[in-house]
Amino acid sequence: MSSNEATADKVKALIEPFNKKGITLSNDTTFAGDLEWDSLTVMDFVAEVEDDFDIVITMNMQAEIENVGQLIEAVDSLNG
Amino acid sequence: MAENRDLLSKFDPLIQEREALLSTGVMDPYAIVMDEVKSPTEAICNGRETILLGTYNYMGMTFDDDVLQAGKDALDNFGAGTTGSRVLNGTYQGHKECEDALKEFYAMDHAIVFSTGYLANLGIISALADKDDFIILDIDSHASIYDGCAMGNAQIVAFKHNDVEALEKRLRRLPEEAGKLVILEGVYSMMGDIAPLREMVAICKKYGAMTLVDEAHSMGFIGENGRGVCEEAGVIDDVDFIIGTFSKSVGTVGGFCVSNHPKFEIMRLVSRPYIFTASLPPSVVATAATSIRKLMHSGNKRAHLWENSKTLHKGLRDLGFNLGTPEAQSGIIAVIVEDMMQGAMLWQALLKNGLYVNLARPPATPHGMTLLRCSLCAEHTVGQVQKILNMFEAAGKEVGII
Repeated sequence: MSSNEATADKVKALIEPFNKKGITLSNDTTFAGDLEWDSLTVMDFVAEVEDDFDIVITMNMQAEIENVGQLIEAVDSLNG
Repeated sequence: MAENRDLLSKFDPLIQEREALLSTGVMDPYAIVMDEVKSPTEAICNGRETILLGTYNYMGMTFDDDVLQAGKDALDNFGAGTTGSRVLNGTYQGHKECEDALKEFYAMDHAIVFSTGYLANLGIISALADKDDFIILDIDSHASIYDGCAMGNAQIVAFKHNDVEALEKRLRRLPEEAGKLVILEGVYSMMGDIAPLREMVAICKKYGAMTLVDEAHSMGFIGENGRGVCEEAGVIDDVDFIIGTFSKSVGTVGGFCVSNHPKFEIMRLVSRPYIFTASLPPSVVATAATSIRKLMHSGNKRAHLWENSKTLHKGLRDLGFNLGTPEAQSGIIAVIVEDMMQGAMLWQALLKNGLYVNLARPPATPHGMTLLRCSLCAEHTVGQVQKILNMFEAAGKEVGII
């Protein structure tokens, strides 16, 4: 499994507890649109991802991340 | 000819929400006019005698005789305004006296006065941290702090409100060599809760981060000498910068930053919000300097304000209101209501009974909450506080909250 796939699996598993509407996740799934997360949910979720991967996702980066695929890429790049 | 795209159409949802609220017949909570102000605690609002409980006028200095006289003298001697920047023709003897008063008040080496508290945060934060630096801040930080970060293009890392562990985790993960500024507030103005500064400042030291504490809502009131939560927590000598305002306890308008950093004075030449705006009018800095000096010796007023805050908190809690903190931690008591509609109803019922409080809504509030924010004054009498509680009881029952 490539690091990207492993990251993708982990990220998607972290999304599930916040996926209240049971949306099927793909790289194109958006957080604000499809998952309908408000800023509070985003904050809790980002903290989960940060703790799990032991990284910091700055608010500047968060502003650029709209969908699951972009998040996986960002986490991978931060994980170096 | 191409049709104009209306740039204001992005505000349509807010316009509709507002219209829906006003169509129910409630008064516009953001369009109140004070017809007459009689004292720090009383005004005529919409033709009615009103007790003020939402002004942040914690120490009641707005009508202090010495403060007023200093302002009148400065108006006579120095004119209505400076018409200039602090770095050109806008620094008068009064601005220096005001900075001297601040240095004495905080027992610090340097003080810089800005034209508002908002500009002080903008000016210091944007000058300190640029795009290669990290700013680590509490997620519930004031808008002026976020705007200062955006202005400097710094990398922003937010942590959960007042969470010491969340702060430490983020500091630990950031590159050791990167410039780091941690921004905290003594009192968070929405819920009126205080920050665990003793623990947080120690962690910042451990990770080599500089610290800035906004004491806007604690200056003059909290701490033995009114220097704020930093003083109360015993860390005032460990923080790098303290930001504050004249528009709360000091009772006028303006902002400042104090510091012991040996290079601090260079801020005057690199801070755009310091340079590219007109300085405060002479009467304002004269009232501020006089007020600051009086606040150094206001232990009795501080004690009375604590009593007021504790009495109001306990009274509201006993009436069954849902409050922002388990006990009174500052001069702010936040009453949490269900939504904007219920908030507006309670706010209106209180105003009709003769009590003014702040109605606060997202995005200013955390967690999408609607709050009725009460801020007490050292000049509120014991009788006024009891009257306030009676008005809350009547309004709460009228609206069906208690």
